[in-house]
Amino acid sequence: MAETRRSLPSRIWRAIPPGIRAPLGVVSAVIALVWVVLCLIGPQITPHDPLAQNLPLYQPPGVDTLLGTDELGRDVFSRILAGAQVTVGLALLLVVMSMVVGSVLGVVAGFFGRWVDEAIMRFTDLVMAFPTVILAMVTAAALGASLFNAVLAALIVSWPPYARVVRSMVLSLRHQEYVASGRLLGFSPLKSIGVDILPNVAGPTLVMASADIGTAALLLSGLSFLGLGAKPPSPEWGAMVSSAVRHFDKWWMGVFPGLAILTVVICFNFLGDALRDYFDPKGATR
Amino acid sequence: MPQPSVSPASGDNSDPALPSAGRQGRRSHAALLRYLGKRLVISVFLLFGITLVTFILTNLVPGDPVAAAVGQRAAEDPAVVAAFRAKYGLDLPLPQQYANYLARLVQFDLGTSWQTHNPVAKDLSTAIPATMEIAFAAIVCAAIIGVVFGAWSAYKRGKITDQVLRMVSLVGISVPTFWMAIVCFYVFYYRLGIAPGSGRLTPGVSAPPHVTGMYTVDALLAGDLRAFVDAAAHLSLPTLVLTLYTIGLLTRFSRTSFLEVLDSVYVRAAKAKGLPGRTVFFKYVLRAAAIPILTVVGLAFGSLLSGTVLVESIFSWPGLGSYAYQSASNLDLLAVMGVGLFVGVVYLSINLAIDIAYGFIDPRVRVG
Amino acid sequence: MTALLRIEDLTLGIKDEDGVTPILRGISLDVAAGQVQGLAGESGSGKTITGMTVMGMEPAGSVTSGHIWLEDTDLLALRGKELNQVRGQRVGMVFQDPSASLHPQLTVGSQLTDHVRYHLKLKRAAATDLACDWLERVGIPGGRAVLRRYPHEFSGGQRQRIAIAMALACSPGVLIADEPTTALDVTVQAGVLALLRELVDTLHLAVLFVTHDLGVMSAIADNVAVMHDGEIVEAGPREQVFTNPAHAYTRSLLASLPGAKGGLLSRADLETLGGGW
Repeated sequence: MAETRRSLPSRIWRAIPPGIRAPLGVVSAVIALVWVVLCLIGPQITPHDPLAQNLPLYQPPGVDTLLGTDELGRDVFSRILAGAQVTVGLALLLVVMSMVVGSVLGVVAGFFGRWVDEAIMRFTDLVMAFPTVILAMVTAAALGASLFNAVLAALIVSWPPYARVVRSMVLSLRHQEYVASGRLLGFSPLKSIGVDILPNVAGPTLVMASADIGTAALLLSGLSFLGLGAKPPSPEWGAMVSSAVRHFDKWWMGVFPGLAILTVVICFNFLGDALRDYFDPKGATR
Repeated sequence: MPQPSVSPASGDNSDPALPSAGRQGRRSHAALLRYLGKRLVISVFLLFGITLVTFILTNLVPGDPVAAAVGQRAAEDPAVVAAFRAKYGLDLPLPQQYANYLARLVQFDLGTSWQTHNPVAKDLSTAIPATMEIAFAAIVCAAIIGVVFGAWSAYKRGKITDQVLRMVSLVGISVPTFWMAIVCFYVFYYRLGIAPGSGRLTPGVSAPPHVTGMYTVDALLAGDLRAFVDAAAHLSLPTLVLTLYTIGLLTRFSRTSFLEVLDSVYVRAAKAKGLPGRTVFFKYVLRAAAIPILTVVGLAFGSLLSGTVLVESIFSWPGLGSYAYQSASNLDLLAVMGVGLFVGVVYLSINLAIDIAYGFIDPRVRVG
Repeated sequence: MTALLRIEDLTLGIKDEDGVTPILRGISLDVAAGQVQGLAGESGSGKTITGMTVMGMEPAGSVTSGHIWLEDTDLLALRGKELNQVRGQRVGMVFQDPSASLHPQLTVGSQLTDHVRYHLKLKRAAATDLACDWLERVGIPGGRAVLRRYPHEFSGGQRQRIAIAMALACSPGVLIADEPTTALDVTVQAGVLALLRELVDTLHLAVLFVTHDLGVMSAIADNVAVMHDGEIVEAGPREQVFTNPAHAYTRSLLASLPGAKGGLLSRADLETLGGGW
């Protein structure tokens, strides 16, 4: 029927999941892309120095200072641009780390089974039974407030869902014939995992991770908001909202960094959802 | 708020401790008791695990709890430090310290906070009701609205209503709670002046006599209308903020559950019998969707408890979150362990309660 | 013989962003009372959608044309409440998988009586009596006690019998059976087929029997229509279609049957396939 002839751009367009091709998906993808690009070049293109305290204090949004200035005379707009690297960059880092840690534990548990599985899964239960924010908070407080420690703390609470999902995928794979036949051919456990299991687990796990970026950004900015992440001069968005709490009437100080977090989280959540609906309509990785 | 553990599907299908319903048919009383017993034992181990993890975290790290507790200046005086260490048993070897803690724990003694110098149990007994008040109010509002939205969205699948509701719920879970709290505070208190400021009561209004510790309930019990109105007004903003987030979460999960049920053959069979839509929904759809939704509501409640940390700090609400935050940032070990234990107990009891509730909802796992 | 159910030039397409994808391309079928009209074909041929469309349960985004006459009502034109009056009351349906078509959390009695009470305006007691009669009729012994039990307490074959009782409880004239025996073991299949045949003969039902299994088809159908890619490629009395298929597609379907010799079946083969009920 109509499938016969399509131009190359049209075919590429159609290869994109429908959820992302939809108008809202396009908007999300564009904004997400902008944030990722800013994450790379943000600090270089700020109109003012994000750390310099050389502007009039409490300047409302205007021509020169697009989003106003804060209590130390720093340009809020420049700080948001520079902060993309911190918030978005670290969220991406956190997701990758949680995925790696969770997947390794999940694969090991699912593949080796028995007491290894039992031990890992009970440990996973333990971490999941622990109140997330409180565990992250204790860890961050114990390690000392720094961005790196905030990521570590967030990592400790973020890996368990990956471990669970990956484990259940491995369990179902392990009984597939081709995996069993690989073992019969004399594949070592490592080779069996590498050749037969990882490629099949990777897709769903990546989809799950993409839907997790927003959550990661929320958790990290929340820790910074509590003063357990970024240290004061750093233009981290959560920390910026936090310092705005004391300057209530200067609404621009808190509203814009918050909106920045919101747009990042919405975009990545939306894209993650669309990907998940497309690759995993039954929601197995939810 | 960030809460990766609230993904229900990752929850139970991979839990080997759950009974495989259906296959076994009607399970006997004894089997259920055995199962619950096993769950209880596991729960106790998990709780010990929580104390152990907290203990290790707060001890094997660079931060110095003594300095945090007595202040930097005093910490430079070796005599003060030694006295402090001796008083709280910190001079003992770590395994000994932990054993002492457990020994007291089995007598329900949670120790004394280094910060407040009160028994942790006493601090918790005032903080918990304050948090529960918000959490209950928020979960009830969010569950009702979330389930209605979820069902509505699922019935209108793909239509404009569905897309709007999906978008709204996506925004709901994407808003940073702490930012939302500030925006609400700014708009409703600072700009519009229709909400009261922070705290649980306006200064000058005296707290109702302690019964449950929840001011709204206690005020009603005491018949103190003025205190009730004031407490309810103070409760409204924090509840609103937590509700908004939870609505998003519950709408999304209940939509998925409803969609799954709507696609099921038994719902098609009910429609094929010519039953009116109302009957199909209330008798067939809701009943089946109730199980997964119940799970999510339980988990969402658990996440609300730890989510209050961010909200309470903004509304100066003297609840569990504020207490946890203060004790964590001061490395007040015993207080942190107390909070962790309590939230752990709540989390595990919710899971247990959900399991038992399944028995009532689903005949395949019914008792007897 | 006049047809109770008459499908006239039914077309159905599913609309998406690329336009309308045709699923059914002009289906016409007559089903008379007391007759089983078989509808065969591979999966994806449109046979199940034909059955669902009769029930007014075509997939979302469907665009239809043509008529589905139930006596002098055009089912395709009905909406909402009018459609509900027909469903269950004048047309019943049995689904493929009996373990999925009964609600796991509702008692058998509740599921057997709710539509009876709604359609026939019966009191609870009268509906319960009726349900008991039906259970007996479909061969489930035990009377009232059975009504208090849940679906998971029955075997697959028993569940399908219950589903049949459910579909027929309001005494509809037409029954749509969508692969009703596919999910069952072979020995259980024979029993359910025998039950269906007996019900057709005693109640004078018009049945549209959808299946991909030509063995089952030969055992129960009076007339057979073969569907391929949304069209009926061959239709006629069972013997004619099975022993002397006119269309190449039908021949290839028959050739794929186990026990088929040289692509055609003898009467003896038919009897074997029928399973001796």
